[in-house]
Amino acid sequence: MNIPIADINSDDLPVEPIRDGYGKGLLAAGQHHKNVVAVCADDTNSTKVDLFAKEFPERFIQVGISENNLVTVGSGLAAFGKIPFVSGYAAFSPGRNWEQIRTTICLNDRSVKIIGSHAGLSDGSDGATHQMLEDIALMRVIPNMVVIVPCDSIEAEKATIAMATDPRPNYMRLAKSASPVITLPDTPFEIGKAYIMREGFDVTIIASGTMTYYALLAAERLTRHHIKAEVINLPTIKPLDIETIVTSAKKTRAVITAEEAQICGGLGSAIAEILAERCPTIMRRIGMKDHFGESGLPEELLKHFGLDVDHIVLAARELIDRKG
Amino acid sequence: MTIEELELKADTIRQDIIKMLEQAGSGHSAGSLGLTDIFTALYFDILKHDPKNPDWDQRDILILSNGHTVPACYAAMARAGYFPVDELMTLRSLGSRLQGHPERVRLPGLETTSGPLGCGLSQACGIALAMRMDKVTHRWIYVVMGDGELDEGNIWEAVMLANKYKLSNIIAIVDRNNIQLDGPTEIIMPLEDLKAKWESFGWYVIEIDGNNTPEIINACALGRSIVDQPVVIIAHTIPGKGVDYMEYDFRWHGIPPDMEDLEGAPPKAEQAKDALRELRTLHSKIKSEAD
Repeated sequence: MNIPIADINSDDLPVEPIRDGYGKGLLAAGQHHKNVVAVCADDTNSTKVDLFAKEFPERFIQVGISENNLVTVGSGLAAFGKIPFVSGYAAFSPGRNWEQIRTTICLNDRSVKIIGSHAGLSDGSDGATHQMLEDIALMRVIPNMVVIVPCDSIEAEKATIAMATDPRPNYMRLAKSASPVITLPDTPFEIGKAYIMREGFDVTIIASGTMTYYALLAAERLTRHHIKAEVINLPTIKPLDIETIVTSAKKTRAVITAEEAQICGGLGSAIAEILAERCPTIMRRIGMKDHFGESGLPEELLKHFGLDVDHIVLAARELIDRKG
Repeated sequence: MTIEELELKADTIRQDIIKMLEQAGSGHSAGSLGLTDIFTALYFDILKHDPKNPDWDQRDILILSNGHTVPACYAAMARAGYFPVDELMTLRSLGSRLQGHPERVRLPGLETTSGPLGCGLSQACGIALAMRMDKVTHRWIYVVMGDGELDEGNIWEAVMLANKYKLSNIIAIVDRNNIQLDGPTEIIMPLEDLKAKWESFGWYVIEIDGNNTPEIINACALGRSIVDQPVVIIAHTIPGKGVDYMEYDFRWHGIPPDMEDLEGAPPKAEQAKDALRELRTLHSKIKSEAD
C-alpha cells in the first residue's frame, strides 16, 4: 500500500530547501530533549542551526573551521550524556574527518548525529570541490552507522526528531537548493523503513533525497508508455528495509535506483548488493558515474550528468525491453 | 599511599608491562615504560575513581589519547582493582578485553577508544563543555598524550577550543619523551619551543620530571587550582624507563622487549643520554633525569 503524499502535479507544490527542515527539526528536538546540543564549524546559518542557536545559546558550541574537532568534540559531548548534532558541509564533514568518525564515534559507540549539508549537486555553482557525492559510500561502510537521506524538508524535520532518540551514530545528508515538498505532515517516517509512494508492476524505481521527486515525475511520464512504475522512497540507506525492496523486486523484476551521489558505494550499490544475494534482478543505476561535478545550476548539472527525469524514463524503458 | 609505596607500585607495574609485551609478542615498550610513573600516580593517588564502580557519576575522567601506551594503563588499572591481574597476560589475544589499542566498549573503566592519534583532547573538550552545561564542578578530565602526537592538527584545533571556552577542568599531560616511531621528535617534526607554544595558545603550562612521583602529584594539584585556563603538564620522561638497554632509544617505540631484530646494536646508553641532554639544553629544558 502506498503512503499519503502531496499531489506532485499541483501547480502550487511548495518548494523549500531540505536543510530548512533540519533547522526546524533540531529546534523541536531541542525543545523536547534538554540534552540535545548543537555544534557548528563556522556554518551555523547555512546549515540552518541558527534557529536552535538563538533559542538555546548555552547549548550551542562554535568550533570554528575545524571539522576534525567538530566530530571529536561531538564524541566527548555524547560521552557525558548529551545528544550532539554536529553540522557541517558534507564535503568537509564527513569528507575530511572520516577516521575520527570511525574511531571516536562508531567504534567507540557514541551516538553522535553527523549532519552533512550542501551534498550532491545541489551546491551547483560552487563547483566540484563542494559537491559531495561520496558521503553515502563513506558512511555506509562503517559498522554501527545509520545513514539517512531525506527526500524533502518535512521528511528531514521528522528524521531529525527521530535521530534525537536513536541510540546509534547517525549520518544525515542534506541538500542546499530549494526542492519540492512532496511529503505531508502525516506521511509516515521511521528510521530503517522504505516507503512505497506509488504502486506499480512493471518496474521499481528506488530513490532517495532530491531524486525521489524526479522518480515520481518519471513514473507519471511512463504511464504514457503504458508502463506502471512502482516508486519507493528510501530515506534510510542503512540499515536497509530489505523486505520492502525484495518484495517489490520480486513483483516487478526490474529495478532502477536514483541518487544524487556516486553510483559506486551509494544507494545503487546497496540495492544491487542485497538483490544479488536475495533476488537477482536486472538493474540500472542512475547517479554520478565515476565523475566529479562542476559549476552550474543544479538542474543543469542533473541533466548534464544524466540524473534527470528523461534519463530515468529512458532507463525504465530499456530495462523493460530487456526483461521482455 | 606514601611516595615510596607509589614508587614500589610503579616497579610492579613495570614488571607487568614487560611480561605482558613479551607474552603478546608485539606492542609499544618505550612509551608504556616511560609513562608508568604517571599512570601509577593517576590511578593510586590523583584520580577520584572507584574501580568497583567504573561508571561512578562523580569520578574524574582519564582520556588516553596516545592509545599505543595502553599496556601501562591496563597494568595500573588491574593493580588498582578494575579487573584481575592475571587478565593482563591476555593482551592482544583473540577474545581479550585488552585490545592492542584501547576499546572502550570492551573494557569497563576505559573512557574512550584510541590509537589513531590526535583525538583525545577534543573529546575532553566535549566532556568539559557538557559538564559546564550541567553545572558540574570539581570533576577533572585528565588527558594523557604523546609528544609525537602533537604533530596532529586535530590537537591544535582542540587547544584553541579549550582556550576559547576557558576549559579549566582539563589537565593535559604531554609525555615529552622526545621520541616517535621514526626517530627523535626534534628531527622528525620539531616541537620546540613547546612551552611557549602552549602558553601562546592561552594554556597554563607546568613542566616536570615525569618519572618523579612527587612532581607528578604536585603538578596535578597545582593544575586543579588553576580556575581560568586549561592546564598542560609537559612531563619529561625517559622512554623505556626502567629497562637499561631501552632507555632513550627511539627504536623501542613500537616493539616488545624480547625482539632483537634491530639493525645494529642499540646505541650505548651513555651516547643516547648525551644526545638527549644536548637537545634539552638547547631548548632550556630540565635535565634532571638525564643526569
